[in-house]
Amino acid sequence: MTHLADLPVWAAIPVALLLLLGASLALIGSIGFVRLRSFYERVHAPTLGTTMGIGSVLLASMLCFTVLQSRPALHEILIAVFMIVTTPITLMLLARAALYRDRSEGSDDVPSAPPAQTTAPSAPDAAPPV
Amino acid sequence: MKRWFPYPLLTAALVAMWLLLTESVALGSILMGAILATVAVWGFAALDPPGGRLKRPRAAFALAALVMADIARSNLAVVKIILNPRKTERVSGFLHIPLDMRAPYGLATLACIITATPGTIWVEYNSANNTILLHILDLVDESTWIDTIKGRYERRLMEIFE
Repeated sequence: MTHLADLPVWAAIPVALLLLLGASLALIGSIGFVRLRSFYERVHAPTLGTTMGIGSVLLASMLCFTVLQSRPALHEILIAVFMIVTTPITLMLLARAALYRDRSEGSDDVPSAPPAQTTAPSAPDAAPPV
Repeated sequence: MKRWFPYPLLTAALVAMWLLLTESVALGSILMGAILATVAVWGFAALDPPGGRLKRPRAAFALAALVMADIARSNLAVVKIILNPRKTERVSGFLHIPLDMRAPYGLATLACIITATPGTIWVEYNSANNTILLHILDLVDESTWIDTIKGRYERRLMEIFE
């Protein structure tokens, strides 16, 4: 097994800084949940953690294990790719669910359904591009 | 060849994914990865996915670098908004953007870019008039945002996918 104490100082410092940066971004994203006002604003907050937050943690992990194992640790790239590809799905699902609810309640804060759908006012929205 | 490997780029990407997962480039891993990737691509082909191809891979790398820089910048912008002690006159809101791009993979990539950039969220796509609905956390100037999405991302994506 690898031991963190074996990590030389020149690598330990950037690893620690990157971890701190990632953790801070995740924390600030969570603070955003409390501070922002509407649902649509709050949906933006966690994207801090899922973009640069996770990116910093993954960079730290790659650097740490590359140095400790003396060979490139690259499988963190996969985590980044999967995050980029999957977060739009959950975020769109949440945002569209909220939009659908607000529209059926007749809220004035959200734009109305596209005019192309003349058959039924509460018809499901256009399919997402996949 | 076409029958066995209908999507060569996807096959290569899946093999690369397998090698990264197993963290080895031994002959056994490559063979196993190649078998799994080939079968997985058959499964993908059975879904009858829409056509479309990567026309300019090099431009895709340039776009990836641009998007990463933008993600870092908008992370900072959203951090500033969240930590700003005064709940000031910042306006957030919805924005309709008419698109020229119709390529399905280009639209999917644009959705990933917009969602991955903090401060903007892709809410809805209307295929009838090719318009997207975004929610923007800091909607200072609508035309600036439209120029950003269309000029910065859509134009490059159209070069890559159309």
